[in-house]
Amino acid sequence: MGTNLTIGKAINAGLRAAMEHDPKVLMMGEDVGRLGGVFRVTDGLYKDFGADRVIDTPLAESGIVGTAIGMAMRGYRPVVEIQFDGFFFPAANQTFTQLAKMRRRSAGKLAMPVVMRIPYGGGIGAVEHHSESPEAYFQHTAGLRVVTVANPEDAYWMIQQAIRSDDPVIFLEPKRRYYEKTEVDTEASIHEVTPLGSARVARPGTDCTLLAYGPMVKTALQAAEADTDHSIEVIDVRSLSPVDYPTITASVKRTGRLVVAHEATLTGGPGAEIAARVTEECFYHLESPVIRVAAFDTPYPQSRLEEHYLPDLDRVLDGVDRAFAY
Amino acid sequence: MRRVDSEAITLQRQGELGLWVSLLGQEAAQIGSGRALRDRDMAFPSYREHGVAWCRGIQPKELLSMFRGASNGGWDPHEHGFHLYTIVIGSQALHATGYAMGVQRDGAVGEDGTAVISYFGDGATSQGDTNEAFNFASVNNAPVVFFCQNNQWAISEPLERQSRVPIYRRAAGFGFPGVRVDGNDVLACLAVTRAALDNARTGNGPTLVEAFTYRMGAHTTNDDPTRYRDKAELDEWKAKDPILRVRRYLEANGLADEAFFTAVDEESDRVGETVRTQCRSMPDPEPLDIFHEVYAEPNVHIDQQRAEFADYLSSFEGAGAEGGR
Ligand SMILES: Cc1ncc(C[n+]2csc(CCOP(=O)(O)OP(=O)(O)O)c2C)c(N)n1
Ligand SMILES: [Mg+2]
Repeated sequence: MGTNLTIGKAINAGLRAAMEHDPKVLMMGEDVGRLGGVFRVTDGLYKDFGADRVIDTPLAESGIVGTAIGMAMRGYRPVVEIQFDGFFFPAANQTFTQLAKMRRRSAGKLAMPVVMRIPYGGGIGAVEHHSESPEAYFQHTAGLRVVTVANPEDAYWMIQQAIRSDDPVIFLEPKRRYYEKTEVDTEASIHEVTPLGSARVARPGTDCTLLAYGPMVKTALQAAEADTDHSIEVIDVRSLSPVDYPTITASVKRTGRLVVAHEATLTGGPGAEIAARVTEECFYHLESPVIRVAAFDTPYPQSRLEEHYLPDLDRVLDGVDRAFAY
Repeated sequence: MRRVDSEAITLQRQGELGLWVSLLGQEAAQIGSGRALRDRDMAFPSYREHGVAWCRGIQPKELLSMFRGASNGGWDPHEHGFHLYTIVIGSQALHATGYAMGVQRDGAVGEDGTAVISYFGDGATSQGDTNEAFNFASVNNAPVVFFCQNNQWAISEPLERQSRVPIYRRAAGFGFPGVRVDGNDVLACLAVTRAALDNARTGNGPTLVEAFTYRMGAHTTNDDPTRYRDKAELDEWKAKDPILRVRRYLEANGLADEAFFTAVDEESDRVGETVRTQCRSMPDPEPLDIFHEVYAEPNVHIDQQRAEFADYLSSFEGAGAEGGR
C-alpha cells in the first residue's frame, strides 16, 4: 500500500511512527515545537505528543547536542534538529569530542542513540550559512554514522532506522529536495526494507558508474538519462559512514569507470575517500581514473553565483565525458 | 528606514531579493543606539540592524545586495565603523569583545576614547558565544557595550524559552551593570546607549543594555508568525509603534510642524524610489568571482580550479544560451 509523500512529509511521518513505536523517542531543537520547524518537518508532533516529547530548546546548538547526550544516558532516544547546516558548528565540540566517543570511552557501557537531523546543501537561493555541505567532517569522525536520503521512501524508513540505531546518526536532509514527491510504501516492515548502511542502485547501466547521494542523486539520474551515448549506472550511496563498498566495487568492476558527484567541496570531500578506496579495490578493472565532480574549494558563494558553484547536470556530464576520454 | 524596510519586503515578494529581515518595530532601538555612536566607535551587528547601518553611512543598496545574493555585504567595516552582518547567532559578541580588548591595548581608552558595541537579540542570549563574550568583557574590563534588542521572539520561540530572568539582570552575574530601556523610545535609547558607551570609552568597563521592544513583522520574509503568536499581542504593540510615538512627542512639544512631516514623507518617497531602481538594476556577479578573496596569498588549488572552470565556461561559448548540450 502506498501513500504519496514529499521527502519532508515522509520524514515527518517517519518521526511520528518512531514516536508512536517507542515512548523514549523525543524531538529537540529550535522552533521544532509549535512552529513545526522552519521546514515543517516536525509539524503536528508538538500538538500530538506534547511539550515533554517535542522540546523547543533555547537557541544554543552546543546546548542541544550536549543535553541530548545526557538524555541518551538516561535512556531516551533524542532526535535533534539543527536548523540549518551552517549552524551545526557551535555543536561541533559536543558532537566530535563527546557524542562520537562516548561508547568507546565507556567501554561500551554507554549507548548514544542520538539522531542529528540536518537540512543541508544549496540551491535554494539562501543567504550565507544556509547552503553548506558539511558531510566530510562527519564522515571523518570515528564513532558517527552518517546517512542521507534522496527520495521519500528512504526518508520515511531511514529516519526510523536511524532512531533505532544505538549509535549516533547524522541524518542529512537534502533541503532543496524536500518537496520532491513519490509513492512511499509505509506498510512494509522496517526489518525488510533496505538496511540503513546499504547503497542502492538507482538506475542500472553497463559503461560507467555514477555515484551520488542526497540532493545530487536526482541530478545524477538526469545526467544518466541525458547521456544517450553511454549506459550509465547510478548508485545512491545513502550511507557515507560506513560506505557500502561491496555494492560500489561490484558495479565499478562491471563498468570500469567511476564518477563521484557531490555538493561538498572537492578537497578532502567524500569523493576523495571513495576514489582512494575504489582505486585500491578495483585497480585492474579501471579504464580511467576515478573522476570527482564537486563544489570548488571556496566558501559557498552568494546565492546569485550558486548555479555556477554547485555541480549541475552539465558539470556531471562533463565529468562523465572526462571518464570516457581515457 | 521604515520605508526602506517596506520597499525591501515588496522587492522580496517580487523575486528581486532572496530574503529580507524586517526591522519593523525596532527602529527606535536601532536609531537611538546608532546615533549614540561616535565616528571612531565600532559596531558589530547581527542581521537585522538596518537602522544602525543607516546611522553608520551604509547605503541601503549594500544591504539589499546581500539579501539579493549579489554580495556577502561587502562594505568596508573599518571605513564605516560597522562590521559585516553576522548570521551565525552570537558569534559577533566575541568579535566585539576582542576588538575592545585591542582598543585597550592601543591605549585608546580615556576621555576621548573609543567604544565598541555589539548587537544581538533575545534568542542570542542563550548562545555560549554570547555568554563567553560577557565573561571575557568583564574579566578584561573591556570597553564594550552589549546591546540586546529584546523583541520578545526568536523566530517562533517566545522569551520564556530563552530566559527565566529579565535579560538585563544577567549582567550582574558576570560582574557589570545591566539596564533595561524602553526600546520603543528613541530618545531613551539614545541617552542610555550614550551613557553606556561613555562608560566604556572612559575605562569603566562593559554594560549590557536590554532594549525592550517588539518584532512587529515576521521573523523574515520566509516566516509566518500567525502559526505561533496571537494577533492581540501584535495589536497591543502596534499602539506603541516607536515612530508613532516620536511623532506624537514632536507634535505635543511643538518641536515639528506639518511642513516637517511632509518633508519627511517626501524624503522617504525619494529613498523608496532609489531603493527600487538600485535593486532592480543591480548586476549579478561574474562567475569567476567565486574564486576571489579566499586567501591573501596565491593558492594552487584555487588557481587550478579557476583556470579549469574558465576553460569549462568557454567551452559553452557559441553553443547557445542553454549550455553545451
Ligand atoms: C547559531 C545559529 N543557530 C540558528 C540560527 C537560525 N536563526 C536565525 S535567527 C534565529 C532567531 C534569533 O532570535 P533573536 O536572537 O531573538 O534575534 P531576532 O531574530 O529576534 O532579531 C535563529 C534560530 C542562526 N542564525 N544561527
Ligand atoms: Mg528576538
